[in-house]
Amino acid sequence: MSGMIKGKVFVLGENIDTDQMIPAEHLVYSLEDPEEKKFYGKFALSGVPATESGLPQGQIPFTAEGKFESDYKIIVASNNFGCGSSREHAPAALQIAGVQAVIATSYARIFYRNSVDGGFLIPYESKVDLSKEVSTNDKLEINEETSEVKNLTTGKTYQLNPLGSVSEIVKAGGIFKYARENGMMQ
Amino acid sequence: MMTITEKILAKHAGKSKVEPGDNVWVDVDILMTHDVCGPPTIGIFKKQFGQNAKVWDKEKVVIIPDHYIFTKDKYANRNIDILREFAKEQDLPHYYDVGTERYKGVCHMALPEEGFTRPGEILFGTDSHTCTAGAFGEFATGIGNTDAAFILGTGKIWLRVPETMQFIFEDEIHPYVMAKDLILKIIGDIGVDGATYRAMNFAGDGVKALDMEGRMTLTNMVIEAGGKNGIIEPDEVTFKYLETRTDHAYEPVLNDFDAKYHSVRVYKSKDIEPMLAKPHSPDNKSTVFEMRNTQLTRAYIGSCTGGKISDFIAAARIIKDKPVKVDTFVVPATTEIAQGLDSVKIDGKSLKEIFLNAGAQIGEASCAACLGGPADTFGRLNNDEEICISTTNRNFPGRMGSKQAQVYLASPYTVAASAINGKITDPRDFF
Repeated sequence: MSGMIKGKVFVLGENIDTDQMIPAEHLVYSLEDPEEKKFYGKFALSGVPATESGLPQGQIPFTAEGKFESDYKIIVASNNFGCGSSREHAPAALQIAGVQAVIATSYARIFYRNSVDGGFLIPYESKVDLSKEVSTNDKLEINEETSEVKNLTTGKTYQLNPLGSVSEIVKAGGIFKYARENGMMQ
Repeated sequence: MMTITEKILAKHAGKSKVEPGDNVWVDVDILMTHDVCGPPTIGIFKKQFGQNAKVWDKEKVVIIPDHYIFTKDKYANRNIDILREFAKEQDLPHYYDVGTERYKGVCHMALPEEGFTRPGEILFGTDSHTCTAGAFGEFATGIGNTDAAFILGTGKIWLRVPETMQFIFEDEIHPYVMAKDLILKIIGDIGVDGATYRAMNFAGDGVKALDMEGRMTLTNMVIEAGGKNGIIEPDEVTFKYLETRTDHAYEPVLNDFDAKYHSVRVYKSKDIEPMLAKPHSPDNKSTVFEMRNTQLTRAYIGSCTGGKISDFIAAARIIKDKPVKVDTFVVPATTEIAQGLDSVKIDGKSLKEIFLNAGAQIGEASCAACLGGPADTFGRLNNDEEICISTTNRNFPGRMGSKQAQVYLASPYTVAASAINGKITDPRDFF
């Protein structure tokens, strides 16, 4: 947590489950091996049906053909983002693809927890459903200190919910760093 | 004035009382992992605690490969090797290796069979359907690799105490209705995020009348409503199941009579009829009757929620002596259930004979096509045009393979009746 997250936004709808984030057939790659790990970036969000991929128009691949990283640093979605399986490969795949933050109206709890405890990305909640307000390829800027997001393409600003009780773990960068900083482990 | 969930979390946090919303650190009784999330969990464990680190308590670690077993995928096979090496290196007594007599199959059914699901305890697993074990009156929930690695090294993890939603089924259910119909009804009513961050407690005579397998069907699918855990008060049915499965001592915990609930929903069991979740979401509710005659290309009976011996007995009762009209895949959850297909008979015919005579195909114990998996997985929906009715628990786009394929979720009775007709069929037609 150090200032600003700035980049192009990829917009999704509601109930994006972890099978859509990283289809089960791809869960076999190592998350340790740097070469194998790249495949998670290539296949991130490849399970989203084409009409729902990159709203409002759809038909936009999250990671371009032949690439291992996405051009999108921020994801905006509607409610229940990350429902379904507990696979940590899901937030990991988004991070490997280059995502730094997600803004959704609500999250499924295991995905939220994995994102925070694993230090993969910051899961912001927004009262306003920004998936209806912003378009894929808009440029957003999130101020981590004030939890404010500005759409640099339209000029509009929105307030996100404060991170609350998990903010200490987010600041530390994951549960292991948090536990070490607080003397809970060596 | 606490619920079972609150009492278990309080005890494991060393506190006399907790309230919903409290963050607590709890001691873990069992940590389970499998071939998909085990290798990355082991990777994080070694990175954080050191290459020579030992797990916190080898009696409390259970490793059950079950997801990608019968595949030629080289990465999937490599992942089993990682589990095997780790079990050897750590001298873990509870590892159920592929290709040996110890191999079990689907972890959520293997855990109770091997006596790891005990009232009053806390069980974590690197799989969202770990909530299944709540049927035994314990706190059980799914976690990710990082949390699992943390537990592996410390035996502890933090949790937020959830509020509890109470679901009561008055009276016993109709004979043609199964636990799957009850949980599909609930998920349809409250939505796929209707229980997010909360415990779901199931009670009433309709629940008490269910055997352990039926109860596990209820708790298995609480994650499909976003629930943190599902839970059922342990009773004689629970204790009897455990008698033959474990000698381990346990302390049953019950809801206090004045426990506080987030909400209470009361269902009249006799009002519940056979239910469906239509494509592409477990809360896309319909009665089977409303969707009758929808054409199908495939039927699938298997998984942690729909591949238990009672599920196959139910399906076989309907399928017996009738050929199936669509490709029908039968996948026992565990090797013990696979043996049951041979030994359990209806009118002198084994379940296996009944399914094979009807023209169904039987696969080997594993998760198989419930979650798609590698392209050579038994029963996987590889074609966009497939329309499948399945006893599994999830039907988001692409869950069983192709993201265009359509999946209807239903009870074993409904899937069996539909397989015979090649279209969605109300099981009452066969009662």
